Amino acid sequence: MIMPLSGDPPRSRCLSIALVIIVLVLALAPFLFGGAKPLNVTAKICIFIALAASYDLLLGYTGVVSFAHTMFYGIGSYGIAIAMYGLGPRWGAAAVGLTVALPLAAALALVIGLFSLRVQTIFFAMITLAVASAFAVLASQLSWLTGGEDGRSFSVPEVLRPGFRVDVLGLNITGRMLTYYLVFACCAALFLLLLRIVNSPFGRVLQAIRENPFRAEALGFRTVIHRILANCIAAAAAAAAGALNALWLRYTGPDTSLSFSIMLDILLIVVIGGMGTMYGAIVGATLYVLAQNYLQALMGWVSTAAGEAGLPLVPSLFHPDRWLLWLGILFIASVYFFPAGIVGKLRGSR
Amino acid sequence: MLVTSLETRNLTIRFGGHVAVDGVSCAFRPGELTAIVGPNGAGKTTYFNLISGQLTATSGAVFLGERDITRLSAPARTRAGIGRAFQLTNLFPALSVAENVRLAVQSAAGVHYDMLRPWMRHRELIARADAVLARVALDGKRDAPASALSHGDQRKLEVALMIALEPQIFMFDEPTAGMSVDEVPVVLDLIAQLKQDTSKTILLVEHKMDVVRSLADRIIVLHNGKLVADGAPAEVMASPVVQEAYLGSFGRGRAA
Repeated sequence: MIMPLSGDPPRSRCLSIALVIIVLVLALAPFLFGGAKPLNVTAKICIFIALAASYDLLLGYTGVVSFAHTMFYGIGSYGIAIAMYGLGPRWGAAAVGLTVALPLAAALALVIGLFSLRVQTIFFAMITLAVASAFAVLASQLSWLTGGEDGRSFSVPEVLRPGFRVDVLGLNITGRMLTYYLVFACCAALFLLLLRIVNSPFGRVLQAIRENPFRAEALGFRTVIHRILANCIAAAAAAAAGALNALWLRYTGPDTSLSFSIMLDILLIVVIGGMGTMYGAIVGATLYVLAQNYLQALMGWVSTAAGEAGLPLVPSLFHPDRWLLWLGILFIASVYFFPAGIVGKLRGSR
Repeated sequence: MLVTSLETRNLTIRFGGHVAVDGVSCAFRPGELTAIVGPNGAGKTTYFNLISGQLTATSGAVFLGERDITRLSAPARTRAGIGRAFQLTNLFPALSVAENVRLAVQSAAGVHYDMLRPWMRHRELIARADAVLARVALDGKRDAPASALSHGDQRKLEVALMIALEPQIFMFDEPTAGMSVDEVPVVLDLIAQLKQDTSKTILLVEHKMDVVRSLADRIIVLHNGKLVADGAPAEVMASPVVQEAYLGSFGRGRAA
């Protein structure tokens, strides 16, 4: 266990149990649930775990606030979509998409970092906001390439298509399941890689920069280079998550990859899960995506049940239309009661 | 063995109209502990900042051996061999005591960008950090966050970071400030131990005259940014210019 975890175990029994359950459910999801929606939700959880973990490298470990993370996510998504749309549903097209998108994301992160990470981090946050907005506009304007507001739907290689079926040891495996496991395995690998990076000497320097950049410099570390490298790694990882998202949806458009609401999702996941913990990304993404997808249904159920029981006020309070209000209240409560995030709380009370 | 000496030539820094350090020329030799004394506001810490690179001189130069390091950044000077312990404790509060020291150890070992080998597998570096912790008597608190240490222990950790850097030049800025009486000897013993290695140059800013008397081979006195006295401890302390500049105005500063 220690090897893949890079010497950074969960350090809390409750957290360990929660993580094992989450990972087991995600790993067995295609066999546990029927229908399309549960698998869409679990796939989104996998992708958001990788995406939030890459953001935690920046926000939680390096102490750098960036609003351009969805831009890198979008670069990965569009990389796959444009390549598959243009070159056809072949593995080679996916490889081309990745070999363009990942270095492009890293290079863009490098340029932004060179221009703005030398100075105060608040300036960096503003620059990322501006660049990300400009990129989103650019993506919707270049419709000959990106499909504009409609985005790009594309076909995937045959083994990943829903219609593909194969029998393995008596189990009926569909192309959708294979796609899911591709997403699951890549997200797991991305997460473990990021966990490894934050627990390396390089990762420790990032934490030192977050804690006291002045002292990190006095110890001989070139803090600007470390910050820029962290930014590039986070960007490439976000692009990889974006590519997986595109592959899963077989579609990329502004709403699924570049929207600012995704940026807020990532930010909330990392804060709710626990900044600077990596494991917070797993817990946070799971709770957040579940709430996003099932809170409305849960409230509908509560509202109807309360209505049938003749309770006053409760049915209208839990009316499904108010689900965003309740989602907001849940976030405020979680940040208020767990300022160090869920993982921080669990580790503190071990 | 490579023996490096440190020298400042006409080192000056101006903040607007105020000249904080004014044309200080002084050479520091290996195997020598030089105490830098002077009243509050004399420019001692500013002089340190000019040497270790937190400030860049308006004019004049800093030489490390034959190398002009006047324009180097603070990290570059640290890598060149200048170690600094700060007057105001300057640690990584949320990281553990061991992690604080390991950061200095990895810097000294040149491990800056290793991303793929987890820390726990750098056994040799971990052992080095543990040895430093034992030297400052903090090995019992290695897993506590630095922010949880008492003030005295934080001062020791501050010194431990510099020792772990294995520099050629050690710069102590009031290492015992605010320490309780029974903790002071740990730090003084440590400095005395470092003195044993005659290839190292030690600079010490200190207010406590008994500390200066027991450790210093040489004293320089700064007053209003100028170097006003330089020599053996007994001689410098007896000189009238020091009585006036240091003890006199220091006494008045205290009373005011």
